[in-house]
Amino acid sequence: MQNTISLDKVKIGHKGVILSVGGEGAIRRRLLDMGLTPGTEVLVRKIAPLGDPIEVFLRSYELTLRQEDAKKIQVCETIEEYRRIKSGFHKK
Amino acid sequence: MAKTFALIGNPNSGKTTLFNQITGSNQHVGNFPGVTVEKKEGSMKKHEDMIVVDLPGIYSLSPYSAEEVVTRDFLIKEKPDCVIDILDATNIERNLYLTLQLIELGIPMVVALNLMDEVRASGNSIDVQKLSQDLGIPVIPISASKNEGIDELLQKAIAVAMQKIPPQKMDFCTGEVHRAIHSIAHLIEDHAQNIGVSTRFAATKLVEGDDLMIRELQINENEKDILGHVVDEMEQALQTDREAALADMRYQYIDHICRDAVSRKGETKEHLRSVQIDRILTHQIFSIPIFIGIMALIFWLSFNVIGGFLSDLLAYGIDGLTLLLDDLLSVYGINPWVHALIIEGVCSGVGTVLSFLPLIVVMFFFLSLLEDSGYMARVAFVMDKLLRKFGLTGRSFVPMLIGFGCSVPAIMATRTLASEKDRKMTILLIPFMSCSAKLPIYALFTAAFFESHQALVMVGLYLIGILMGILVGFLFKHSLFKGNPVPFVMELPSYRLPALKSVLIHMWEKAWGFVVRAFTVILGATVILWILQSLDFRLNVVTASADSILATIGAWIAPLFAPLGFGSWEAVTALITGFTAKEAVVSSFAVLTGADAASLGAALSQIFSPLAAFAFLVFTLLYTPCVAAISAVRHELGSIWKAIAVMAFQTGVAWVVAFLIYQIGSWFFL
Repeated sequence: MQNTISLDKVKIGHKGVILSVGGEGAIRRRLLDMGLTPGTEVLVRKIAPLGDPIEVFLRSYELTLRQEDAKKIQVCETIEEYRRIKSGFHKK
Repeated sequence: MAKTFALIGNPNSGKTTLFNQITGSNQHVGNFPGVTVEKKEGSMKKHEDMIVVDLPGIYSLSPYSAEEVVTRDFLIKEKPDCVIDILDATNIERNLYLTLQLIELGIPMVVALNLMDEVRASGNSIDVQKLSQDLGIPVIPISASKNEGIDELLQKAIAVAMQKIPPQKMDFCTGEVHRAIHSIAHLIEDHAQNIGVSTRFAATKLVEGDDLMIRELQINENEKDILGHVVDEMEQALQTDREAALADMRYQYIDHICRDAVSRKGETKEHLRSVQIDRILTHQIFSIPIFIGIMALIFWLSFNVIGGFLSDLLAYGIDGLTLLLDDLLSVYGINPWVHALIIEGVCSGVGTVLSFLPLIVVMFFFLSLLEDSGYMARVAFVMDKLLRKFGLTGRSFVPMLIGFGCSVPAIMATRTLASEKDRKMTILLIPFMSCSAKLPIYALFTAAFFESHQALVMVGLYLIGILMGILVGFLFKHSLFKGNPVPFVMELPSYRLPALKSVLIHMWEKAWGFVVRAFTVILGATVILWILQSLDFRLNVVTASADSILATIGAWIAPLFAPLGFGSWEAVTALITGFTAKEAVVSSFAVLTGADAASLGAALSQIFSPLAAFAFLVFTLLYTPCVAAISAVRHELGSIWKAIAVMAFQTGVAWVVAFLIYQIGSWFFL
């Protein structure tokens, strides 16, 4: 696979483009509802002083979510890479 | 003709501010039946027959939280004549997500595009005309805090409601999702009509996999199979699952709308400013000291400076009135018993309960500032890690902290928590935070029994309270509140200056709610206790306090407390009076032992051994909250039985812990 990592691994001040949102039930649904859908660009703004949760910036607003939930979100580096990976899926 | 309007929108969209602008002070606050979700209602200014219902702030109409379910039920079952959907224009993409779901309900609807002033001031623009066309519903730009555009909004909403104009568009989907929704819509049309819900909404929810909707529509097995098949096909074709597919479909349409109608050159000034402020307020090192400083300042101002001053002023006024009334009754020559009832029972009872009032007013002034400015969300962000072990989120931190001051405002402050589960659990844990009314008891006992370790014993008591809270929190997490944890996926809204009007209305609402309860439940309990304390079983006024009904009852149940080391009637009677207000325990001891301030310590050592004294302190720390706190619990949990259960639970915990301390302690000290 290409350079995909989970959102909690993205360094502060760096961006990622969402590939998929894992997990299940209420939490996954809430993540999707809040706009964390595939293809969305997310900037990791900061980590809370106690090491968790994290603050991200997407769709022109600030959102906070826990590391354990961020782990379930796979991102790649750029939108071009996102398109490449997605088109790869469809060819299969 | 009377019409009902449902006001709905995301949290932090300015919904409460708009509601306050629309209704002014004609508001009625209550709960939705069966859940502790707040329901506010009010009539429009200048249109008395137009009722506006303020629904909880939500992000979506999914069936996961009590707030979302309540909102759905209200929209489907109560059938408002018009939905007023308020959007934060600076954050339009995410706000439109709820709008698209609301439109599917087919209810006449208007959009209030709030914070348009901020969008314009930052050089960005939204083409309201195009937005309205793309959504198929009227869009009115407003500024809720500046009271701009509200009249136009209401006129439009009333017109739409009167003429019953449904949304002009509903099909926001393309491709596979479109195909799935339409085949399901065809399949379940009758079911939807039977329960009076829009076919389109029902179909979308079914494709999404909404269990609640499947149950409500009474889908049979055969139809479930077809549904499963259609969804499988869609998932196969899209290479994703149903929930992601639907969320993606909505956001794609939103992106399409935004390309069409929104021109964004950059972030708004308010947002950039917020990021700057957060460099300090959520800083790695400074954030926690700053938070402690802010809370210390609020406590100091609420309990000492402003609250203390107002309390003294109020007490002065009540004392003056009591004296005046006392004189009048003497001149009139009223029956001495009734005289005593009015002066000692009613007047001092009123005094006690009203002494809470300044505290509540000042505390909620500051809490509203914290909430409305956006700082409370940051506190949740910073403190979340500490609370999650109990299945709570950082949002519960501030109410619990206030519990160390007074449980009454602390319990009332749980209203602003985002989920019902958080609210309930936080309310149950607040009594474990030792409130300041217990301090005089600690002071009296530590001075009498533990003179050389006063501070240690006091700190120890606070810690025992917190530890018990933690223990019970764990217990609840794995029993009462088992199951899905509350998602902590929360917006950090831009910092904004709170609207004074909203702050004042919030303060007034809390204070008024308290006064109403103070003069019913709380005053009633205080007067009953006074009567029990002053009369014997033959209803004669007692001369010796040991003969009173209360003391007799105290003596009856005293043996229950013998295993805790304090089976004396004085101790038990003092504890019972502590139900009116915790500090009453101290004055009761003085009355019951006939001692004055100087000799009270010596009198207590006749009743308690040092170990028994400590067990007694732990019992006062943990046993039932005072009547004012219990009536707040009743109000917030919406049931008298739950409030009684809280009393019983706290007292049971107190008994067990004090028992263990006394019994285990006896092994060491004997």
